[in-house]
Amino acid sequence: MDAIILQILNGLDKGSAYALIALGLTLIFGTLGVVNFAHGALFMIGAFCAVTLSRLLSLSHKVEIPGAVDFLGNPQMRDVPYIYEIFGENLGATIIDWAVPLSILFAIPVMILIGVIMERGLIKHFYKRPHADQILVTFGLAIVLQEIIKYYYGANPIPTPAPSAFVGSFDFGALIGFDPGTIIYPYWRLVYFAFAAVIIGAVFAFLQFTTFGMVVRAGMADRETVGLLGINIDKRFTIMFGLAAAVAGLAGVMYTPINSPNYHMGMDFLVLSFVVVVVGGMGSLPGAVLAGFLLGILESFASMREVIDIIPGINQVIIYLVAIIILLTRPRGLMGRKGVMED
Amino acid sequence: MSKGNLTRRGVLKTGAVAGAGLALPTYLSAAGHEGFTNAPTGSTVTLGFNVPQSGPYADEGADELRAYELAVEHLNGEGDGGMLNTFSSKALDGTGILGKKVEYVTGDTQTKSDAARASAKSMIEKDGAIMITGGSSSGVAVAVQALCQEAGVIFMAGLTHSNDTTGKDKRANGFRHFFNSYMSGAALAPVLAANYGTDRKAYHLTADYNWGYTTEEAVRSSTEAMGWETVGSVLTPLTQTDFSSYITPVLQSDADVLVLNHYGGNMVNSLTNAVQFGLRDRVVNGKNFEIVVPLYSRLMAKGAGANVKGIFGSTNWHWSLQDEGSKAFVQSFGTKYGFPPSQAAHTCYVQALLYADAVQRAGSFAPCAVVEALEGFEFDGMGNGPTLYRAEDHQCFKDVLVVKGKENPTSEFDLLEVVEVTPVDQVTYAPDHPQFAGGALGTCNNGA
Repeated sequence: MDAIILQILNGLDKGSAYALIALGLTLIFGTLGVVNFAHGALFMIGAFCAVTLSRLLSLSHKVEIPGAVDFLGNPQMRDVPYIYEIFGENLGATIIDWAVPLSILFAIPVMILIGVIMERGLIKHFYKRPHADQILVTFGLAIVLQEIIKYYYGANPIPTPAPSAFVGSFDFGALIGFDPGTIIYPYWRLVYFAFAAVIIGAVFAFLQFTTFGMVVRAGMADRETVGLLGINIDKRFTIMFGLAAAVAGLAGVMYTPINSPNYHMGMDFLVLSFVVVVVGGMGSLPGAVLAGFLLGILESFASMREVIDIIPGINQVIIYLVAIIILLTRPRGLMGRKGVMED
Repeated sequence: MSKGNLTRRGVLKTGAVAGAGLALPTYLSAAGHEGFTNAPTGSTVTLGFNVPQSGPYADEGADELRAYELAVEHLNGEGDGGMLNTFSSKALDGTGILGKKVEYVTGDTQTKSDAARASAKSMIEKDGAIMITGGSSSGVAVAVQALCQEAGVIFMAGLTHSNDTTGKDKRANGFRHFFNSYMSGAALAPVLAANYGTDRKAYHLTADYNWGYTTEEAVRSSTEAMGWETVGSVLTPLTQTDFSSYITPVLQSDADVLVLNHYGGNMVNSLTNAVQFGLRDRVVNGKNFEIVVPLYSRLMAKGAGANVKGIFGSTNWHWSLQDEGSKAFVQSFGTKYGFPPSQAAHTCYVQALLYADAVQRAGSFAPCAVVEALEGFEFDGMGNGPTLYRAEDHQCFKDVLVVKGKENPTSEFDLLEVVEVTPVDQVTYAPDHPQFAGGALGTCNNGA
């Protein structure tokens, strides 16, 4: 039982990242009709926003350590961050420690800007082109973006830890009546899940309860009619692209303490996120979120030793297997709308 | 979707032409004036450095390339000479190889076997490389080694740790200086027993590819031989990034040691996840839970950050060694690049020098002459103590380092500390050892 609860927690956590990326993908597809293969790259750029801010905050000058020598026999230097001199050592160290959560503030404008530039600069030229062209150009863009990141940050993963207050794990089992130590879960993963829930809630609330959201939803349903009513839907859709980029970016920012970010992390998520979108139903936002969590949980269960012992290799194929079954039984996905991608 | 101009006939025609092209025998067209592939005729000789310049191991590849450039400098008599000053063989005199100035070309393996073979083939056919060296993966090493055997050039492997490179996939034209999975297991087991006791229950997470299998087998057999029990073993996909669902079953088992048979990004992520889940704070069977990483590299340690602290593993070489060879290399590399070299850089530098020395001693670039000069060659002064290039399998036998993640690193390069230098006798095995069974060197190939 405790093993099942742990795998559900794992699945919810994995599902959070899938759902956030898939949500952005669906927003873009639903509004602009573009299949954006560069969306994983936006997740990766978000993660590197955290790396960048953490590096900016840690900018240092060298101070000689008296009496110590380095490997070449030269005087040993140590780095003293400038921020220590501005805010004092204690506050400075705390600010650096909290670099990842602080990066949220940094990443939002950066990601919106990148999203808008991407949409206005490149993707808008492909609106009327076939989906195959869109996939090719956005996939190419993803490769360009990741190579740029690799050029500046290298190919090696860069450790970007969570604030020390969130390092360690929480004895979830003891809280719900199990033996202590049987169900423990890292604090930061719980934070990630809560964060994802807030972001998903905020996006739905924005679309559901604001006039802007109402117009966007109307545009998603019938772009032409909304345009005929004299509403500049293109401008709103551009903003939605920026918003979707920000959602992917924030998912990336908060993911950095879970796994050290590297230039390739976007591609690792991209394929799975597409499966999530297709299983959820193209263009369906609740479908994307539901499928994200569902596939995350299934993937976690499939990697249990007891399951692998019965069906070897199931951990590698479960997602695709489920995708095939769902698409065979429900061709439009779990919550797909009629007419989307069917022309 | 738009309709392209594809027609059934068009597709058939194109397919037929392409198929015919592919079916043509691919001769490795090499200049064979001296009776062997790419015999150097002018005043220069070209070496081919085949390293990952893109893909996940690009940083390791960059360090390998730095080492090769340094080796070329030293061979040509530039710089401070590095390990040429400490190398026990004095055949090389800083005038290139057999009086020919050393030049080089580079290829990008991308850490993909097909790309690595293509780049090696191009360097052999188009650039006239007489020797291919480098790489950061066993899959690549095995693939390129087989190509070099066919082409009639020498392959001096870079970082490759799978038993198979000098086991079932060994080739007469291929040589490995780097240590292997068996040696890691043999070196680690006594240190683990001394630190964690002989009554332990181990759980293995293993990368689902050749290197992972041989490493798990080696560590399992060494640790089981000293009394440990293996209670679980799960293969993890190479593409896995989040290992949480593989870590949590460890919590449910009665294992008190987790062995991570992972390398590169896999290792960085699995170790980070294991530490996040509080495994290191656990007490199981009345003992502190421990994690072991059989193969360490500095770049991986850097990626995993503070999570490596106190964790045991093994490595081929470390820049903090204080023998004359290591000091000379670190001085030379550090002065040129500003930071100490990695173990990948070390093995590549040494391989380049060993090849050049073998040619010099043989008095010929002919691969079979080089093979003869390297087989059974004993040397010292290259950073690992007295070393033998064993004739039976072309594997170097030397001391192995057991290392531990450092508690208080003084710099971003000072991440591992050497716990023990395991003497070569302890890691030596018979050429027909079961973990290396199934292959044969065959005969050397001079090519064209």
